Amino acid sequence: MPPPHGGRLINRVLKGKERDRRLKEALELPKIKLPSEYIKDIENIAHGVFSPLEGPMIQEDYLNVLENMRLSNDLPWTIPIVIDVDEEEIKTVKEGDNITIICLEEEKLIAILHVEEVYDYDKEKHVEKVFGIKDPAHPGVAKTYGMKEKLLGGKIDLIDHSANPYYKYTLWPVETRLLFKERGWRTIVGFQTRNAPHTGHEYVQKTALTFTDGLFINPVIGRKKKGDFKDEVILAAYEELIKHYYLKDRAVLAILRTEMRYAGPREAIFHAIVRKNFGCTHFIVGRDHAGVGNFYPPYAAQEIFDEFPDLGIIPIFFKEFFICKKCGGMANEKTCPHPEEYRVRFSGTVIRKLLQQGKKPPKEIMRPEISEIILKWKNPFVE
Amino acid sequence: MTEEKTKSKNFTSILIPTSLYKKLEEKVKETEFSSVSSLVTHIIREYLAKLEEEKEVFSEEEEEEIKERLRALGYID
Ligand SMILES: [Zn+2]
Repeated sequence: MPPPHGGRLINRVLKGKERDRRLKEALELPKIKLPSEYIKDIENIAHGVFSPLEGPMIQEDYLNVLENMRLSNDLPWTIPIVIDVDEEEIKTVKEGDNITIICLEEEKLIAILHVEEVYDYDKEKHVEKVFGIKDPAHPGVAKTYGMKEKLLGGKIDLIDHSANPYYKYTLWPVETRLLFKERGWRTIVGFQTRNAPHTGHEYVQKTALTFTDGLFINPVIGRKKKGDFKDEVILAAYEELIKHYYLKDRAVLAILRTEMRYAGPREAIFHAIVRKNFGCTHFIVGRDHAGVGNFYPPYAAQEIFDEFPDLGIIPIFFKEFFICKKCGGMANEKTCPHPEEYRVRFSGTVIRKLLQQGKKPPKEIMRPEISEIILKWKNPFVE
Repeated sequence: MTEEKTKSKNFTSILIPTSLYKKLEEKVKETEFSSVSSLVTHIIREYLAKLEEEKEVFSEEEEEEIKERLRALGYID
């Protein structure tokens, strides 16, 4: 199993008496409220999902990530993990102070942040570097433009967790690592998804599984864009797929609670690092990984891996699969010599349209059990 | 900070034999690397990553606690 990113699995979850003591302290500290999307990432940091990060980035790391796609210690890292605040919210806070983080939606005390730095940042530079464009039609760009003016950097200590409707599916890296060991898996391939599975996804996973010991299916659960599958639909669909079409001791389903950034190539590297922390040795990167609309060339998220000989997890690249009527099954441009007229492509739009009309997609495209499960929802898509 | 100053702060020189440098200079032309420096940086990073060692991330006592939760969630019997 690969060592965690940076060599050490971060654990900043307070326990026992130490937790009681810090909780008392937290009640007296200045407080900031953060939406649940931020809280999830704070939990990820505390449990080592984002190892080696120990809190929101300080300026030196933030700028290095933008410029060089690396932390200031040269470790690969491509997505800024930051906390943005208004000046007003932190007017009594000095660098070196501790503050308490409250979950905005639940009004619940979550963590203490040791504020090492409060700093300004350039949103235009941020979006240009992370997303490669400045067009606010891109959801990540629009979100960045809406961020508050200052960033806080420092280390966090987790006191409590936010509400988690998917507790059952939530595993932390210490748990997945032990689980993989228990199963006797030496090579584990991670699969990132934000979709209910069609047969193309299944084929990719099983192809990778033919030369690894185990498959780690790790859907991203969190804020997504309109038209994406709802979280509960994705999970129910995968449960059903595993039940009918996978060997139980060869596949593990657990979630990653974070939002999609839609940062394409940079997010592919980030996704790989996170799966390395979970204990994966390999990571599947398909067509337009973490992309949105037509903002990224279809295979840019594969090419970017050339720049990281020190990532510590092996990417497995797939060309887009389709069904070729002449080949008589699943194929891609590397395996099928036949013209387009024989090929049936997997189109998210077409699948969505059929499901929205209450119709099952053809069984070659989606397993009937999966279609049935999805159709139990009145609207399986994010509104 | 100006671009130049950032550069000098973030980069440093190492000494390699001139003959080796010349050889690399020729090789670089056939690759996607923009310079000998970026090729050498790549090779060093690759080398350093290979030195990373496998190690357990939990102690024996923690192991039981973790197994308990995995059992409760139905991941292990
Ligand atoms: Zn064919």
